[in-house]
Amino acid sequence: MFPKWFSQWNRENPVDIYKPVVIFGAIGGAVVAAAVLVSWGTPYRVEAVQTGPPGIGMMVADFDFRGPDPTLAEYYTEAPYPPEPGEPLAGEVYENVQVLGAVTEANFLRVMNAITQWVSPEQGCAYCHAQADEGLYADDNLYTKVVSRRMIQMTQTINDEWSGHVNYNAEVGVNCYSCHRGQPVPTEIWFRIDPAVDVMEGWGGVQNRVTAQSQFTSLPSDALYRYLYEDARISVHDLESRVGDWPSDPDSPTWQDTERTFSLMNYFSNSLGVNCVFCHNSRAFYDPSQYTPQWANASLAIEMVRDLNTIYLEPLVDVYPPVRLGPIYADAPKAACKTCHKGYHKPMQGLNAIADWPELAAPGVPDYSAFLVEETAAVVR
Amino acid sequence: MSWWPEYQNIFTQVQVAGPPEMGVQPDDMDIRDRTRGTSISTLIGLVGNAQLGPIYLGIYGVVSLATGTLWLNIIGFNMLAQVDWSIPEFIRQLFWLSLEPPSPEYGLRMPPLYDGGWYMIASFFLLVSVMSWWVRSYSLAKQHKMGKHVAWAFLAAIWLFLVLGLFRPILMGSWSEMVPYGIFPHLDWTTAFSIRYGNLYYNPFHCLSIVFLYGSVLLFAMHGGTILAVTRYGGDRELEQIYDRGTATERASLFWRWTMGFNATMEGIHRWAWWFAVLTPITGGIGILLTGTVVDNWFIWAQERNFAPTYLEPYGYEYYGTGEFDLRGAEIAGGE
Repeated sequence: MFPKWFSQWNRENPVDIYKPVVIFGAIGGAVVAAAVLVSWGTPYRVEAVQTGPPGIGMMVADFDFRGPDPTLAEYYTEAPYPPEPGEPLAGEVYENVQVLGAVTEANFLRVMNAITQWVSPEQGCAYCHAQADEGLYADDNLYTKVVSRRMIQMTQTINDEWSGHVNYNAEVGVNCYSCHRGQPVPTEIWFRIDPAVDVMEGWGGVQNRVTAQSQFTSLPSDALYRYLYEDARISVHDLESRVGDWPSDPDSPTWQDTERTFSLMNYFSNSLGVNCVFCHNSRAFYDPSQYTPQWANASLAIEMVRDLNTIYLEPLVDVYPPVRLGPIYADAPKAACKTCHKGYHKPMQGLNAIADWPELAAPGVPDYSAFLVEETAAVVR
Repeated sequence: MSWWPEYQNIFTQVQVAGPPEMGVQPDDMDIRDRTRGTSISTLIGLVGNAQLGPIYLGIYGVVSLATGTLWLNIIGFNMLAQVDWSIPEFIRQLFWLSLEPPSPEYGLRMPPLYDGGWYMIASFFLLVSVMSWWVRSYSLAKQHKMGKHVAWAFLAAIWLFLVLGLFRPILMGSWSEMVPYGIFPHLDWTTAFSIRYGNLYYNPFHCLSIVFLYGSVLLFAMHGGTILAVTRYGGDRELEQIYDRGTATERASLFWRWTMGFNATMEGIHRWAWWFAVLTPITGGIGILLTGTVVDNWFIWAQERNFAPTYLEPYGYEYYGTGEFDLRGAEIAGGE
């Protein structure tokens, strides 16, 4: 193959070719890898935005690969029909309309249709109205109808009384779809599950088990119950360098309480898809004067969820059939951050859920003024 | 790879096998307490002496192993009971399972078995086990007419162990302050302990402990590297090099003196290493002992002493709009 003189020269001049191959191969490979990373970028890049003073790690990361909320494609909405003078109200036309009686018939049917789209698109009207096929809607013979009525009241309360949370940055509000997303039973509801370990009591009983509520850690599994149903104290820090409290004092937070708070904070973080410093200042998690603006909103949400659970959700326990109740205490399904947020810090990614639904924005007579202005303007033109 | 020197290897390169070395007969030690069997293992020879045995347990060794086994088994059976005596579940959830200390309301009283009682019993056995292993490390050194350096170093580690499990819980008035026996749960304790007391990184004794820990690592790497590098000149015969400094010591010393203007000695490097290692748990133990007993929030404590900076308001949040971000990570401008 090669000329004779070449092969002969090769034999007479043996050279270790492996050493340069290894060295230059390694250096060359590193250069190529570095060049690829610099020019094409890393596939696992995390975008981050600085949110506080420099040097203390205040940044919110977002993950490019997460993509838009998949349930948004199925969202149904329809603008209201501005009521004409003398139009019949639902309470006058239909029997047993307890909550939406002041809504005009046309809009009442619009809301009923939307609820079906949002909550029971496959099951249809009969999911709540057993004799819908026969045209009978008034009976309360299905538990789903009784629960729905209470849920409409809850939605109105959230939008009205807890506007500070749900309209924190802009008008967003909530409607049935915020939690249900096309399913009769919303995802990410929760029940009381402690003790997680049957044979132990006290602190050994509430933790060290892989549960969804412990975020699959060994931290306590009773954080949602203690903090978002009961109103146990979440903060654990002493605000002076020396306080002198004792662990055996029930009012003194222990390291065990800290684990429970940590469990709740993990839940917050995973429910909203954010890191700790979305709400807290990295250098002093406990200091109210250093919180980010979002902390106030989240604090309001804690109060809101406690109210929803104690006033609206748990009292429905006698209405539900056993299959809908919790596995250990037969308690009613409850809500928390993730029930609505679904992993996004803005539920439905900031979509205005009450823009078209004044009926759900507050109790009583709906305010259609936003839509009336348009109509009047059209007439004038 | 002929260009790679043979002595640059992570494994021991020279294994000498001969008749087993049975050791001396110290005056006050009964030969009957020592096992007779020995074996040669090439595999363990890669990392140490290839000869296995004889071993001398003595009364302290037996007590230590027995109580240590009881401690481990109490934990194991408690974990097994927690998963309803299912071996597959035990394996699956092993890292999550734990034997937890008592609940805080029991203070320093003996709690019921199912709420920390088993934990207290196990902890008692662990205390006996560790302390008798320490006595063993002391008495074996004494029998061999050695210095007690190993025993004192071990005692430094035991100091930290006793602070965590005995001294601090007593000062805090509650056994609930002890550390859980579990893989993830003891890590949870570590995090929660630091968070509860305002960030342990601002505890100056924790700082010192980290200095000595990382310093130990650095010293170990420097010393190990230096000795291996001069092994070809007999540098691994360190003790001979102390009283008869040969070319290995000369070269190693020169290397460091030319590198950083200063060099340890064959004796001094071992004193440095011993003190760095021993001071790691001693300072760490002091830091733990002061936490919750003297200082409740280390970050505030550090700010009060100008040890941590106090950031002045405003924090600049207002320059970042509403703090709302769209999915691409870019900030949405404005806000109200």
